[in-house]
Amino acid sequence: MSLDLILRVGTKLILPFILLFALYVQFHGDYGPGGGFQAGVIAASAIILLSITFGLEAAHRIAPQSLVERMIPLGVLIYAGTGVAGLLMGKNYLDYSVLAHDAVHGHELGIFLVEAGVLITVASTMTALFYAFAERGR
Amino acid sequence: MSAVWPHLPILQVIIPLFGALLAGFARRSGAAFAITLVVSWLMPLCAGAMLWQVLASGPISYHLGSWPPPWGIEYRVDVLNAFVLMLVSTIGAVIMPFARRSVAFEIEEGQRAWFYCMYLLCLTGLLGVTITGDAFNAFVFLEISSLSTYVLIALGRDRRALLAAFQYLIMGTIGATLYVAGVGLLYLVTGSLNMVDIAARLGPAWADNSRAIIAALAFVTVGVSLKLALFPLHAWLPNAYAYAPSWATAFLSATATKVAIYLLVRFLFSIFGVAIDFRALPVAAIVVALSLAAMFVASLIAVFQSNLSRMLAYSSVAQIGYITLGIGFVNLAGLTGGLVHIVNHALMKAALFLAVGAIFFRVRTVRLSELAGIGRKMPITMAAFTVAGFGLVGTPGTSGFISKWYLALGALEKGWWVVVFLIVASSLIALVYVGRVLELAWLREPSDAIKDANDPPLSMLLPLVLLAAATIYFGLDTEWTAGIASMAAKDLLGGLR
Repeated sequence: MSLDLILRVGTKLILPFILLFALYVQFHGDYGPGGGFQAGVIAASAIILLSITFGLEAAHRIAPQSLVERMIPLGVLIYAGTGVAGLLMGKNYLDYSVLAHDAVHGHELGIFLVEAGVLITVASTMTALFYAFAERGR
Repeated sequence: MSAVWPHLPILQVIIPLFGALLAGFARRSGAAFAITLVVSWLMPLCAGAMLWQVLASGPISYHLGSWPPPWGIEYRVDVLNAFVLMLVSTIGAVIMPFARRSVAFEIEEGQRAWFYCMYLLCLTGLLGVTITGDAFNAFVFLEISSLSTYVLIALGRDRRALLAAFQYLIMGTIGATLYVAGVGLLYLVTGSLNMVDIAARLGPAWADNSRAIIAALAFVTVGVSLKLALFPLHAWLPNAYAYAPSWATAFLSATATKVAIYLLVRFLFSIFGVAIDFRALPVAAIVVALSLAAMFVASLIAVFQSNLSRMLAYSSVAQIGYITLGIGFVNLAGLTGGLVHIVNHALMKAALFLAVGAIFFRVRTVRLSELAGIGRKMPITMAAFTVAGFGLVGTPGTSGFISKWYLALGALEKGWWVVVFLIVASSLIALVYVGRVLELAWLREPSDAIKDANDPPLSMLLPLVLLAAATIYFGLDTEWTAGIASMAAKDLLGGLR
């Protein structure tokens, strides 16, 4: 019987709330403090907590190294791709007003996509950094 | 084609950005190299089209997200930055074929795709700094290029590369911090980040805020001088160039410091110079004094190096001195000489460092003591090295002579006879360090260490020969180098208060 029962059960209980809070911060960025960067850090902290409590293998099962390394450029690709969408629709780069039927909705959608890209890149970069340090000397 | 035309300024930056992302996705070195090659070859087309457009019909302005300046970020291309864009993208395109074998030789398979990814990010950053008309956006791109440069250097062939990268990281971060502090002060005084707008608002703000503006000038000048390795802020450069992968050194020496010099010129002449009479301040005098010190001290240190890369790295510090010397003259001939030396030095130094890369590729060493007789074993490589080396000295018939000619004219215009003498004297020191290598390479019997060496394959030889040929070509036909440089210098000086 291991002595870290409270830690294990506590981690399992808190993990979904961490992820939910990350999503809250992500979407609340429109109205108050928050946004992709903060949300990405919070989401990554869930993975980090998981690997501290259950070991690196458990974290690797959920977020494998290769996936994490591909998510880093993916987020930037979403961000930059949103900019190019404006370009393809005949406007300037990063002009979101053409993304929807009117300019205001277009801007909302544009920022939403950009923030999603930020979330993905920040979360995966934090995780990759943690993996890099955790795997040293193994 | 006509649909692409108005978007060229942004394509110049996002094509390498997407290339970097795709190279990061690809993960396999072959695919990453193919992407990088295509991107590198597209870049001069983009820059060339803009240069043509600027020469034909004046500056181009591009509004990101359609937000009008000064609120939004503006990309602004005039003769000066079209010239620098053309240089950076052409260097990248010409030396790219060299990279495949050199990188395969020096970097292990798992990291090669990341190397290309980092190179493209660095290219994005350098082109971005050059094209943007927004002082803060320039900081962001400066950081993109710097961070990727640290990684490029750290990928070098032995553990000393890590230390060199760390040293550069500390110095580079200090430089960037000073720069952004200066931009912050300018924002405080003018409420604007758009370069043209800052320049317009700075003049009226001078009366009440002269201290803040002088502090901003000092912060920006010192910060950017760290990035461009102006003596005595050059300490990071020799190790970084000596231990980085050979190809990365060739690229960085030809472009990274040059873009920082561009930024210095932009701030001095297009922002501060427009608003205040900076000739009344001692900035130019300090720059001239430090440049002269660089030309002599760094050249002398280069003479005593035992490692070929380090020798060339110190030579770079000295050559940067010539460029900043011309800038410090603040007259047409001097500024033309400085700007034209940006191009001439980039071509020569890229050729020299590629030759070093080719030598390392064949004999795994760049220690001078082991390279005796290398010219007889690798004749084409060393012939190119010789041509570029003569360019470095400033021999008539090479592009280096053109630069020094204009610099001397600039000094004469100021009536500084001593400086003319110093330019010639420092060239003689360059002759010593270049001559030392040439004597070793051509006149000695080949040593055992290099007895199996021969010229590298065509993909490596061709970029090298092209750059050496350019050194001679631009020594004879100066329409595209000095011609455009003097147009840019005229624009800059015409705007001065």
